[in-house]
Amino acid sequence: MSHLLVLPVLVPLVTAVTMLLAWRSRRVQRVGSLLGAVALLGTTLWIAAAVWNDGVQHLQVGNWPSPFGITLVADVLAAAMLVIVGVTGACVLVYALGSIDAEREGNGFHALYHLLLMGVCGAFLAGDLFNLYVWFEVLLITSFVLLVLGNDRSQVKGAVSYVLLNLVASLTFLAGVALLYGIAGSLNLADLAVRLPEVDAPGLITTVSMLFLVAFGIKAAVFPLFFWLPAAYHTPPVAVTAIFAGLLTKVGVYALIRVFTLLFTQDVGYTHTILLGVAALTMITGVLGAVTQTDVRKILSFHIVSQIGYMVMGLALFTPLALLGAIFYILHHIIVKTNLFLVGGVAHRLAGDFELKNLGGLYRAKPWLAVLFLIPALSLAGLPPLSGFWAKLVILQAGLEAEAYFAVAAALGAGLLTLVSMTKIWNEAFWKPLPDDRSLSPGTPSLAAMVTPVVLLAAVTLSIGLYAEPLVVLAERSAAELLDTTSYVQAVLGEPPTPPTAEVR
Amino acid sequence: MLLALLFSIGWALAAPLLVRAAGRAAGWVLALGPAALFAGFLAAGGTVGPEASIRETAAWVPTLGVEASFVLDGLSLLFALLVTGLGAVIAVYAGSYLHGHRDLGRFYLLFFAFLSAMLGVVLADNLILLFIFWEGTSLCSYLLVGFKHESTPARTSALQALLVTGAGGLALLAGFLLLGIAGGSFELSVLMERGAAIRSHDLYLPAFLLIALGAFTKSAQVPFHFWLPNAMAAPTPVSAYLHSATMVKAGIYLLARTDPILGGTGLWTWTLAAAGAATMLVGAVGALRHTDLKKVLAYSTITALGTLVVLLGLSYGASIKAAIVFLLVHALYKSALFLVAGSIDHETGTRNVLHLGGLRRAMPLTAAAAVLAGLSMAGLPPLFGFVGKELAYKAKLGVENLGWLLPTIAVTANALTVAAAGILVARPFFGRRRTPDGSQVHEAPLGMWVGPVVIGLVGLAFGLVPGLLYAPVSAAVDAVAGEPVDINLALWYGVNTALYLSLATVALGVAAFAGWTPIRYALLRLRRLSRAGPERAYEAGLDGLFRLAAWQTRFFEGGSVRSYLAATFGVIALAVGGTLLLRGGVSLQPAVLLDGLQALPYETGLVAIVGAAALVAARLRSMLLSITSLGVVGLGLALLFVMMSAPDLAMTQFLVEVLIVVIALGVMQALPLAREVEPRGRRGRDAVLAVAVGATVSMLLLAVLRLPFDATVPQYFLEESVPGGFGRNVVNVILVDFRALDTLGEIAVLAVAAVGAFVVLKLGRPARSRLGPPPVPSVVLRAGARLLLALLVVTSLFMLWRGHNEPGGGFIGGLFAASAVVLYLMAFRQARTERLLRVPPRSALGVGLAVAVGSGLVGVALAGAPFLTGQWVAVGTLKLGTPLLFDVGVFLVVVGFTLTIVLSLERVVAGPPQPPQQPLASPEAAAADRQPARLNGGTTEPAEV
Repeated sequence: MSHLLVLPVLVPLVTAVTMLLAWRSRRVQRVGSLLGAVALLGTTLWIAAAVWNDGVQHLQVGNWPSPFGITLVADVLAAAMLVIVGVTGACVLVYALGSIDAEREGNGFHALYHLLLMGVCGAFLAGDLFNLYVWFEVLLITSFVLLVLGNDRSQVKGAVSYVLLNLVASLTFLAGVALLYGIAGSLNLADLAVRLPEVDAPGLITTVSMLFLVAFGIKAAVFPLFFWLPAAYHTPPVAVTAIFAGLLTKVGVYALIRVFTLLFTQDVGYTHTILLGVAALTMITGVLGAVTQTDVRKILSFHIVSQIGYMVMGLALFTPLALLGAIFYILHHIIVKTNLFLVGGVAHRLAGDFELKNLGGLYRAKPWLAVLFLIPALSLAGLPPLSGFWAKLVILQAGLEAEAYFAVAAALGAGLLTLVSMTKIWNEAFWKPLPDDRSLSPGTPSLAAMVTPVVLLAAVTLSIGLYAEPLVVLAERSAAELLDTTSYVQAVLGEPPTPPTAEVR
Repeated sequence: MLLALLFSIGWALAAPLLVRAAGRAAGWVLALGPAALFAGFLAAGGTVGPEASIRETAAWVPTLGVEASFVLDGLSLLFALLVTGLGAVIAVYAGSYLHGHRDLGRFYLLFFAFLSAMLGVVLADNLILLFIFWEGTSLCSYLLVGFKHESTPARTSALQALLVTGAGGLALLAGFLLLGIAGGSFELSVLMERGAAIRSHDLYLPAFLLIALGAFTKSAQVPFHFWLPNAMAAPTPVSAYLHSATMVKAGIYLLARTDPILGGTGLWTWTLAAAGAATMLVGAVGALRHTDLKKVLAYSTITALGTLVVLLGLSYGASIKAAIVFLLVHALYKSALFLVAGSIDHETGTRNVLHLGGLRRAMPLTAAAAVLAGLSMAGLPPLFGFVGKELAYKAKLGVENLGWLLPTIAVTANALTVAAAGILVARPFFGRRRTPDGSQVHEAPLGMWVGPVVIGLVGLAFGLVPGLLYAPVSAAVDAVAGEPVDINLALWYGVNTALYLSLATVALGVAAFAGWTPIRYALLRLRRLSRAGPERAYEAGLDGLFRLAAWQTRFFEGGSVRSYLAATFGVIALAVGGTLLLRGGVSLQPAVLLDGLQALPYETGLVAIVGAAALVAARLRSMLLSITSLGVVGLGLALLFVMMSAPDLAMTQFLVEVLIVVIALGVMQALPLAREVEPRGRRGRDAVLAVAVGATVSMLLLAVLRLPFDATVPQYFLEESVPGGFGRNVVNVILVDFRALDTLGEIAVLAVAAVGAFVVLKLGRPARSRLGPPPVPSVVLRAGARLLLALLVVTSLFMLWRGHNEPGGGFIGGLFAASAVVLYLMAFRQARTERLLRVPPRSALGVGLAVAVGSGLVGVALAGAPFLTGQWVAVGTLKLGTPLLFDVGVFLVVVGFTLTIVLSLERVVAGPPQPPQQPLASPEAAAADRQPARLNGGTTEPAEV
């Protein structure tokens, strides 16, 4: 049992409570917020080290034994996701300190931000379906309030779509949890993994798995459930969008991976074929959405959808290589996507707009920004030698090995179109001369706080690209853990339990 | 080789600094890098014989089978020499050509980055590594073609080149992966030994086609050739380098490299010969249509690339030899001619041959270089071009079943190339002197003429003594053929068929040059044809893509929340319902359902009431009545919980329902909401969806309920509640102990929701409600409220206290307390309620959460137990423990949540705060009070005045 595991939930919670109690003092909030984010990063690294050295870690909250009490579990995947949360959480916070307005800071931005991180960490650690549901609720409400904070008209409109569709996801998720509890009599994921194969109604389990597919599919913004994302993501300040873009949909993908490797593997030919179709259509529709947009944030928002398709494709193929690819993809993508939004924000600070036709001249005036844009942008399009290339390479190879040619073609096509829309931003914002009636604003001291995280994240992308091996090894080990669930189950339940005696209702 | 690459990349990164340091001599200084590499490869070349190749490998991403492995054999050596040698010459040239350009540093950075990538392509032994460099060349080319990025055509052309070669690149990647799967390795050196097995593999066909697609797009084969002439928007040194000798040859290199693996089949020969032959003709004709020197050069490059593809397609000793020699020939003369064209442009300001003539006197050195290159291009002895053309003819004549078709095409294309050489050299340098504005023209500066002259002389030397090239050519031919090939190289092979063809070519070519003007007009008239050409297809495709994208985006992301919701529910019905029917394995027996209904008559009746109320709520147009109906639904459910012996749930549900109605009315009063009425058709759709989703979930629920239930988990809770949790109310023990983490999460949700409502209502300035100001509360209500306030507060504390053992608890207690204050609020309005509370209810949120977290930490601190482990002490007969404290936290958050929302709403209803009732308010205070509700952080909010 590892007491560490509660820290990624506790640290942001304590930080947020401090923010709530120090509501009036912006200074306390800013300093405390930064300390909290750094502490979270440290915690996640600590956990990752423990998982890497000693295998799957778990904690029984309240000291009630599994499967009765709530379990927190960290396997390699969860630990890696936590570290990424720590990194992006700290980076985006620094960016926010340089960019978020005083009004939002005075109205709970920092508390909400940390509660969001708490929800994300909780979701990655949850070893219990209902507990996962609770973290999803935390995510939903904090993201909703962060969306409407500021109360612009466009924000409220986007937020309404966001909250309604995500409530449908919650409802579906809850129904799935209840039905699964009715079928197997447990909420503990490891316990369910043991019990479900013994249930004499595989067809019902497959049916219930569809509820989870829809619920997490909405969260992950897959086709055709992604409506809420492009409707809402361009409305809040960049720091908020960036953390959403990096983390929220990935929680959905993570949950999909978790349940479709641990719980719902009794009819892979059916469930994972559906996933594959969903993946292909997600890639294509998302990227087509992106090429029509002319607002930097909208372009990037649609790309989130498209990129989710690649991750789901890795899950759908369900081979060791494919899962390796999916995991690599998620980790790479969080960094890249967050960073692209941050770069967009820096461009906005300089040029005063997100609309491509009003941008221009940035390559001439700010070549460093051009480099900082190109790294994540080309990585997103999968160009070597950046992180995205390796991610796509593995997914494509896995697809070809599995003879999923249709999905591979979709992935290739989406890759090309991603390049089209990244070059569109490049063309308009960087190459094109600045329109005559506009001028670039000079840098301000707060610009440094905005650029530093961008540089850090770009460095991560570049390092992964130039030396992908460590992350590949990590993803490989994680994929192996996902496919062979014994280590996960044993860590939580101890030795294989005797089959439970069934009681007739 | 890795070292060479790292050096080259380092050189690229250092280029901007070197440019700044070197000043006027930038070109010469920067050329040192590639020159050094050239020398290095030349020295290494001595050890690369026909049989020996050097292979270097380093681990890179071994898990994925991607190694940093490089090979230097005859073929890669030849290309490496071309890349570095021409790189050095053109680096010198660019220093003069772009002298004083503000982006010279960036230019060299990209130029050498390209050089590095190209070097990587020809040295890589690992397919994935090769691909990485391949994409690198595409990307650098994009940035170089768009070097003059402030002009729109440059940007468009750059993008076109990137997309065409990028699409090919993706095909290539898929092809490489298939090849890797078929051959079991990504190492070219391994795959070469498995050539036969790969050629008979099922994946051979797709792998070959995809790889060919990659090569064809890169090497501008028909129908992908159109990007090359457009890429002439690049600065001339870029064209001279990328578009004559290096990047466009990458496809040729790839075909040559994979020949031992994929070549020699009928598919290979026919595909390459057909594409190459078509490309030769298209290029040759296109060259005569243009008057821009660079366009003529681009089209004649296309012809040459077609020739090379044909020769590689034939794939036998003589044709490979011809290909290698012609490759060299073309690289030399074409880069020289590009540089010459650049010099002409630089000195006269135009590249239009119609405005140029007789420049040989003004630019004698450039003219000399042009003549040497031009004669080589025309394939006249004693230049190297002659050797190349003779070999090519011989190779094409050596093919048995193609008869005279290939040679005929070749003669036609070559004759037109002769004419193009005339256009490029004879027109500008000979004849009547002509410049655009009749101004004086000078010789190009040293840096710009030395390169073409050197290249021209090299071509002459190779022509006179072809034996000089014996070693490198034969090593390269061996590498391509995959076996030693006996070759000899000479200027004069005697009188044979190839010579006759050469004579015919020159004769036809001269004739075509003489009749160029009428031919050009004829071709221009045929331009309509090109409207149906591949470039048009590219544009139409791109256009169509954007339209498709716009359509599908409107379709999916139309902006209406209602249709999003409908689609989402449709997906639920389809996915879950469909799976239930397809895979569920459930046979539904309505009888079972009916039996259930008869067994529970009261419940059935209640469900009917709830259903009816829900229907009414959906049908009504009045918001007020809808809310009331929903209240009926909620109370019905509460009753259902009572019947199911769940008093905690029932109590919670009941209180929540009451508060929801109060809050909903507050919202209606505060925010003007109009109810939209959906058109009939959509209501029908929604009804169908609702029924489908409801039926699906119901069927699923019934099916699940018929399974045997394993009650181990709930049994454990029942058994452990008293001994482990010290409470007889299992529901409460679950909430505050067994699953306290869930509760902690949920109260965090409440806190956030309250903060959200508070902030949004504080920042927003919604319009005045249509319901008018709230009525003055009655005296009876006031009197009653005072009384009830005390009673309810006592009840709430009692509920909190007894909750661990009897129905009740922090949640229910909190709701009681909140209801008390809400009642008081209704009676006495906002100001007096706030005075009653003294502190803003918001602070209860933070305190409540802090109490809950603190209670969880007690066990960690005292016993080293996990978070939220209960710690108990006995005080007499009483057991007191941290879970009770946790419940206090819950209580506080619930109170804070409800009151924050209700009071925030009330504040909106009441309008902006009244000035404090002091007889003599200071002007500042009055001004502060008149400030709009939008507040900055740190300012006191009205509630706390």
